Amino acid sequence: MNRRIRRHPILEFDTGRARVHITVNGRQVEAFAGEPIAAAILAAGIRVFRRTARLDSPRGVYCAIGRCTDCVMTVDGTPSVRTCVTPVEDGMVVESQRV
Amino acid sequence: MARADGALSLEEIAGCPGWPGEDCIERKRVAVLECVEDIPCNPCEAACPAHAIAIGSPITNLPAIDGERCTGCSVCVAICPGLACFVVEKNHSADLAAVAMPYELLPLPEVGDTVRALDRGGRYLCPGEVVQVQRAKRFDKTAVITVTVEKRFVNHARSMEVSDRDQRP
Amino acid sequence: MRPETETELAVVGAGPAGLCAAIEAARRGVRTTLVDENPRPGGQLFKQIHKFFGSHRHGAGVRGFRIGEELLAEIERSDVRVLLDTVVFGFHDDNTLGLYRGGTVLPLRARRTVLATGALEKPLTFRGWTLPGVMGAGAVQTMINLHGVLPGARVLMVGSGNVGLIVAYQLIQAGATVVAVVEALPAVSGWHVHAAKIRRLGVPVLLSHTVLEARGGDSVEQAVIAPIDGRCRIDGRGERRLDVDLVCIAVGLRPLSELAELARCRLGFVAPLGGFLPLHDETMKSSRPEVYVAGDLAGIEEASTAMEEGKLAGLSAARSLGKLSRREYARLAEEIMDNLAELRLGSFGEERRRCKDEILLRYRSLNAAEASAGGR
Repeated sequence: MNRRIRRHPILEFDTGRARVHITVNGRQVEAFAGEPIAAAILAAGIRVFRRTARLDSPRGVYCAIGRCTDCVMTVDGTPSVRTCVTPVEDGMVVESQRV
Repeated sequence: MARADGALSLEEIAGCPGWPGEDCIERKRVAVLECVEDIPCNPCEAACPAHAIAIGSPITNLPAIDGERCTGCSVCVAICPGLACFVVEKNHSADLAAVAMPYELLPLPEVGDTVRALDRGGRYLCPGEVVQVQRAKRFDKTAVITVTVEKRFVNHARSMEVSDRDQRP
Repeated sequence: MRPETETELAVVGAGPAGLCAAIEAARRGVRTTLVDENPRPGGQLFKQIHKFFGSHRHGAGVRGFRIGEELLAEIERSDVRVLLDTVVFGFHDDNTLGLYRGGTVLPLRARRTVLATGALEKPLTFRGWTLPGVMGAGAVQTMINLHGVLPGARVLMVGSGNVGLIVAYQLIQAGATVVAVVEALPAVSGWHVHAAKIRRLGVPVLLSHTVLEARGGDSVEQAVIAPIDGRCRIDGRGERRLDVDLVCIAVGLRPLSELAELARCRLGFVAPLGGFLPLHDETMKSSRPEVYVAGDLAGIEEASTAMEEGKLAGLSAARSLGKLSRREYARLAEEIMDNLAELRLGSFGEERRRCKDEILLRYRSLNAAEASAGGR
């Protein structure tokens, strides 16, 4: 499900932003260059970013300001990257981690 | 003061200086400023081309409307940051009143459309016909939509639901 | 002075307060470095798609993000050095800030600093609050207004302060349905006009109600709400389930005071302004003489007060660096303080005004206590 806002009464989106592609747990996801990884993931309709190690609880985005660490994922091999404040780059490989 | 849950009664509005008076509403097209709290804010005063709105100092004063000076141009409707201004014309026609309201949603209705006129609590009142859509650069994306409604709803119709509102992203 | 590791004024945070502080200081000839951890400056300003209130003289009626654009344009025209994607993680006794950028640690020695680090949403804990689909209102606002992404289609808004009411309206503009707003108190906390906008679109505002639970498999599918009385007792008989996929938490903000604390600024707890915040005087100077504070960090208010406080902090820093005369400073500072007083008028401003006065009092008693203890 695509959760991108196509029309908005006040704002304009999609105006000439370059598109890039990342993979999220093996699935190819289209993104706009420079947007946070978390925005691209939510836009693709993916809500579960990771599961906690002990209770297997699904976690997603909470604060979106880089403070709560709910949204951390492994990006290009580096674990615990805050996806809400990290911009996408073409070809990024994003994976859930069990933390 | 203001109804605790955000939907004012007519009594509360009529008690404020932004109410032009029943007599005025009977005679002409005029603005109704449903501004009831002492928030520091005064762009309506500066924007009114007829100088019909007075706030003065301090800027927490509630705006007062001079119904005689008001021309019903609807600039205040678009300018108010709180979307609290409306222009009413009780005797738009023999049967219908007209109400100009601020609108910032999509899709924008068009002249001739039928909409559902709603009251301050979002309750359906009657069907309305869009007779005017005003957009201007200085309105900055706040459209002013004038809708005709049953005359008895002139002081109640303050919102609309546009049919087939396709808001799916 | 080596430009890379030294500056006259470091401004931490490029939101409305920080931008205004940097612009004002640079205007007086202060060599200024503006640092922000985000890839773009602007703070919360670009999320504000509604028209601002306040005085017509000071730009009321303009949408927040347009004010942001003007400020950014001014920064670009100025000599301010802007460091983005840069975290300030340290503040040493010799006024060296520790910066972290792209994997590298950089020192920045600043003769003066303005801290404008803003605020963070307060969480609300309830059963299921960690489920994907429970998000802070600020987070939702970022997604819908900055990134054009709708994180849910059917929303429960928790909290009827201005943030909750405004974001509820903006969710409708973005295409969502706001199923209800719940407010634990018996009256709407925010401004009537913001509540009126959503009530007349049919959004129920349920007073004396709270959220009990967010339910769902892997993400929110339902929320459970119930009436709550003045003593926080839940009325189980009034429990209702709402069909929602997004629960938005708007129960208040708290100042991000960690860096101020690290810099050894004395903090005070001021509940109506969000919690712990750095005490300051009327010039925005903190208890650490080289450090000034401004914006939500100095107490949760609004963008307009943040901009005025930022200007004042920038001016005060410039004055302390000898860049303008006492007379010129007094004239400009008085104008800003008049603006701030105007923005704090009215029933809503009264408590903020009282709290800001309390901060000044507590700041003064800090100094008195230290003086009598022999000073530092």
